[in-house]
Amino acid sequence: MRGGWNRREGLINGDFILHLDEQATARGGDGSGANGSGTGQSADVPAIRLVGIEKRFGPVFANRNIDLTVAKGSIHGIIGENGAGKSTLMSILYGFYQADSGDIYVNGKRQKIPDSQKAIAIGIGMVHQHFMLVENFSVLENVVLGVEGGALLGKGMDKARSELKRLAEEYDLRIDPEAIVEELPVGLQQRVEILKALYRGADILILDEPTGVLTPAEADHLFRILGQLRDQGKTILLITHKLREIMAITDRVSVMRRGEMVGSVHTAETSVEQLAEMMVGRHVLLNVEKTESKPGDEILSVEHLTVIDKRGVKRVKDVSFSVHAGEIVGIAGVSGNGQSELMEAVAGMITASNGTVRINGEAVDVTSKADALERRHRGMAHVPEDRHRTGLVTKFPARENMILGYQDQKKYGQGTFLDLGAILKETEEFMVDFDVRPPDPNLKAANFSGGNQQKLVLAREMERNPDILIVGQPTRGVDIGAIEFIHKRLIEMRDAGKAILLVSVELDEIRSLSDRILVMFDGTIVGERPAGASEQELGLMMAGIADTSGVADKAATPSADTVGAE
Amino acid sequence: MDFLQTLILTTDSAVRLSVPLLFACLAGLYSERSGVVDIGLEGKMLGGAFAAGCVAAITGSAWLGLLAAILVSIGLALVHGYASITQRGNQIVSGVAINFVASGLTALLGQAWFGRGGKTPQLPNTARFTEITLPFAEPMRNVPVIGRIYSDIISGHSLLVYAAFIAIPLTWWILYRTRFGLRLRAVGENPGAVDTAGISVAWMRYRAVIIAGILCGFAGAYLSIAQSAGFSKDMTAGKGFIALAALVFAKWKPLNALGACFLFGFLDAVAIRMQGTALPVVGEVPVQAMQALPYILTVILLAGFIGKSIPPKADGVPYTKER
Amino acid sequence: MSAQNAKLPRWVDYGLIPLLNLTAALLVSGLVVLLIGENPLEAVYWLVQGSLGYSEGVGFTLYYTTNFIFTGLAVAVAAHAGMFNIGGEGQAYVGGLGVTLACLALDHYVPWYVTFPFALLGAVLFGAAWAAIPAYLQAKRGSHIVITTIMFNFISYSLMAYLLVEVFKQPGSMQPESRTFLEGGRLPFIHDVAGWFGIKMASSPLNLSFVVALLACVFVWALIWRTRLGYAIRTFGTNPDAAVYAGMNLSRIIIITMMISGGLAGLMALNEVMGAQNRLLLDYVTGYGFVGIAVALMGRSHPVGIIMASILFGMLYQGGAELAFEMPKITRDMIISIQGLVILFAGAMEHMFRPALVRIFTSRSDDLGQEA
Repeated sequence: MRGGWNRREGLINGDFILHLDEQATARGGDGSGANGSGTGQSADVPAIRLVGIEKRFGPVFANRNIDLTVAKGSIHGIIGENGAGKSTLMSILYGFYQADSGDIYVNGKRQKIPDSQKAIAIGIGMVHQHFMLVENFSVLENVVLGVEGGALLGKGMDKARSELKRLAEEYDLRIDPEAIVEELPVGLQQRVEILKALYRGADILILDEPTGVLTPAEADHLFRILGQLRDQGKTILLITHKLREIMAITDRVSVMRRGEMVGSVHTAETSVEQLAEMMVGRHVLLNVEKTESKPGDEILSVEHLTVIDKRGVKRVKDVSFSVHAGEIVGIAGVSGNGQSELMEAVAGMITASNGTVRINGEAVDVTSKADALERRHRGMAHVPEDRHRTGLVTKFPARENMILGYQDQKKYGQGTFLDLGAILKETEEFMVDFDVRPPDPNLKAANFSGGNQQKLVLAREMERNPDILIVGQPTRGVDIGAIEFIHKRLIEMRDAGKAILLVSVELDEIRSLSDRILVMFDGTIVGERPAGASEQELGLMMAGIADTSGVADKAATPSADTVGAE
Repeated sequence: MDFLQTLILTTDSAVRLSVPLLFACLAGLYSERSGVVDIGLEGKMLGGAFAAGCVAAITGSAWLGLLAAILVSIGLALVHGYASITQRGNQIVSGVAINFVASGLTALLGQAWFGRGGKTPQLPNTARFTEITLPFAEPMRNVPVIGRIYSDIISGHSLLVYAAFIAIPLTWWILYRTRFGLRLRAVGENPGAVDTAGISVAWMRYRAVIIAGILCGFAGAYLSIAQSAGFSKDMTAGKGFIALAALVFAKWKPLNALGACFLFGFLDAVAIRMQGTALPVVGEVPVQAMQALPYILTVILLAGFIGKSIPPKADGVPYTKER
Repeated sequence: MSAQNAKLPRWVDYGLIPLLNLTAALLVSGLVVLLIGENPLEAVYWLVQGSLGYSEGVGFTLYYTTNFIFTGLAVAVAAHAGMFNIGGEGQAYVGGLGVTLACLALDHYVPWYVTFPFALLGAVLFGAAWAAIPAYLQAKRGSHIVITTIMFNFISYSLMAYLLVEVFKQPGSMQPESRTFLEGGRLPFIHDVAGWFGIKMASSPLNLSFVVALLACVFVWALIWRTRLGYAIRTFGTNPDAAVYAGMNLSRIIIITMMISGGLAGLMALNEVMGAQNRLLLDYVTGYGFVGIAVALMGRSHPVGIIMASILFGMLYQGGAELAFEMPKITRDMIISIQGLVILFAGAMEHMFRPALVRIFTSRSDDLGQEA
């Protein structure tokens, strides 16, 4: 998960983890809380008890000596940064992986869970982050897959149909059983996943990052469903890295960091700040120090941009905005609301069906061809959202990654051949400047840690001294030290008079870096707010509510009780 | 010869020629619907044909020949399965390897065991699947059109021909009406969904690959002990690849497979029958053009000029659990 | 982290693993030899003796090697772009058409060295053109290149059969083949070339195409690892999304790469048509195109590896002929089986020994953690 260099850093933080453990224990979160249920119902035997779970992938520990106790009939949150080992732990519980050591007790009984079949049999259901649905199947076919009730489909399907109806009424999970899954919106696809688990008689439901693809309104609906399920006696494990969700819905929360369990606390007795501190191991700098921006000329202008994807769905609908020299414009929004497509169309990775993009006042052809190279020639640089998928060729050494997108530049060789010496020399310089560790240009990109990979990409794009930088999710999956470094460099670049368009699903990041904030919902920009806009106000806009007058003054409380307006 | 007579004879021969395509195409369908690409249909058929030829010659039993064909073909299928499913190797490469091994071994062993240039001994009719005359075929012959169709096209084939045509609706039924079919279709689209539903992806795929082996065994046995009276070197002559083309042409659907295989069988029959005859307007069509037609049609279909053929989503992708 | 991605020393990856895979293939082949009642060790002796034991045999071995280098490079270049060109068979066959047209047109008038560049160009152009159609269909219409190239193999068989029977066949001849080229359409044999310098060599069909093959290896090495185009090809082959991000023109990469690949396959015809046979024959490709897959796999798509793998297959071909002569029960079909087994073990099951080796080698060096 992390390279050798970072593991050393992990050791340095080791005593910190211990320290926090003590803190958690001192608060009464000793992890054995049989009476810790937020609903107050007494359940003597915990639904789940994990003791000393360990899991290694090669030399890397994904889970290390994990203890966890989950009370029956409660919603238990598990929170941690990307890569903290939450998903691995839940996959062990669901029989998707086997733990190297440790014990699992379900309803007080020690269980071996060698496969998902066993997990289902003992009443554990899971809603995966990436839905495990057969897209060209109907809802019904997806629900019965694995529990068909006989070698022939006919009878089982009929039974499932009526059972689905019952579940739909009982838990407010209405859905057309004959609908084809790929034609359903994401929120409903998730509903199919929950129905799958319930149909299999799950008493314990694990949800892995369930809101990542949902709008706040959909997320809110999900939380209401989860609340009902809890009231019916189901136990729910909610895995997330979003603090707000934990505060809004859970009864108890356990925090994971770097594969270890840091501690468990009652949600009612903790705060966002404390959880954040436990997650990252030290105080988080939610606010980056920066001065007032001094916007200059318009560098990037986007007018009436519309993007239609391959399946004919309008992803970006008539979007217009501009970015000036010396400012950071942030685009906030729940992922999947068109930000990615907007960014890719502006950066020349996909074509737009309509609209105009101007760089330094000159129009670029965005509709007839997607040409990222031409954008770069005009002074645009692009740090893509996903460094693994697009930003790097992870099998290439750092030096070959350093010319990605700039492979046609004269300084890397005249004509047909590449000048390997020049590339090597420049890579070395860039790596030193961006503090990439280890500074070895011949090391494969895959062998750097997440933060250093991101620095490689940022170095490549920012060292070109572009007029406009498009940057997506600059700190996704990056350790805290690198986050600070990256934020600092972005501010420096802004102060040097460059234009920056920042797209991030992390609202905190948007709020702390941006000079102006645009909020996207369902392919449109629902509004613009100044840097100081409250989290709550932006949250409403992310749910598609443009008119936030009257909300802006209210105290910023967790969104769950306000986002109810659908 | 009158036109009707020509048409009936050509259709009859098309039925015979489409049988190995049907078996092999369905074999590919099971395999690819489960997510395992199979370009080793040719090799499995060839192995099956050789085994059938050998065993039928030695035992004098067509049924034992068929059994041997199935076993050998399953053996090759399991090699492909091991490479593709367990080893997560490149499925195309594995298919190519199967074709080579089958082509080499059948010729080598044929020569070593029987010494007839790779041929197995000529089989008497008792060791073959011979033509069956269906009831009332003779009296029906005099009924216009329908009678001729019944007695000349439907009647008078070997058991394996009928088996092939029954296999089509059977496959449809298995695919869309049984638990196994549901899981098979699911595992070729999204193996993750199958795995998380507590079903073994590997075992599903192995079963699909074994079924492909059985069907290729039928195809091979048909070639050597029904259509012919013995095995001869490389007797599949690319039929496995035409079956693969038919599978693409059929968009991986069983009922379409019937149409595609029959079309390709018919083209073959026409090519044989028309050799040297001039057609109106176009004149004499070179036999090679007719032979190439199935492939050309498939290319055109693949290019999306006549509809679109989209393979199962996980076809050819080895399954590894995501981290 | 699965064993497939774990890091192993280079010599294990590029030396030991191919060697183990090859050994496994040969062991199974040995079992086959036992099955037909012969002594595998004796077979190995004749195989090696026949391919390397005497000067003429070496010549034949290298003559076959030439074919495999071309088809192996063809598969390798496409593989670097993440494409599976299974159509080398057809491209090599159609490439022969280009060679033949050049030779038939010029052999009356000019010496071989004037015909040669035209024949070379013809081989490349015709092979490239035959690959360009599937490439275009993949790039613009999204049809899967594996299926289309297979289809194009079969279309090429029909096309060439038609041309040989209807166009090239000599009046009065029963053989579907072109007329034999005159001196001006024949590449010199290496033993002739050696003769010019006073060196005596046993005669074999080994001809100047071998030198072309070696030059093609240098060309491919430089193309893939030293040029901008090669960089684009590798980027596209390893991560197509990154190629889009870098502003590369994917259709252009697909089509150009496949045309280079097809051109290399087409060059095989130079060896067969202008070098060895001096005429266009029916079905002269006989599986060389498919074996190119095995060659590229064993050679890890690197020209040096391809040369070594090609020599190995050349030995099998030549030694196999000798073997069939000395031990008649082991016909040349044995070689086809061995090829199949090598493709199976070195290709489809190439990672079979990996987990064990990873266990052996990582227990000693456990210090390099990797990104998931």
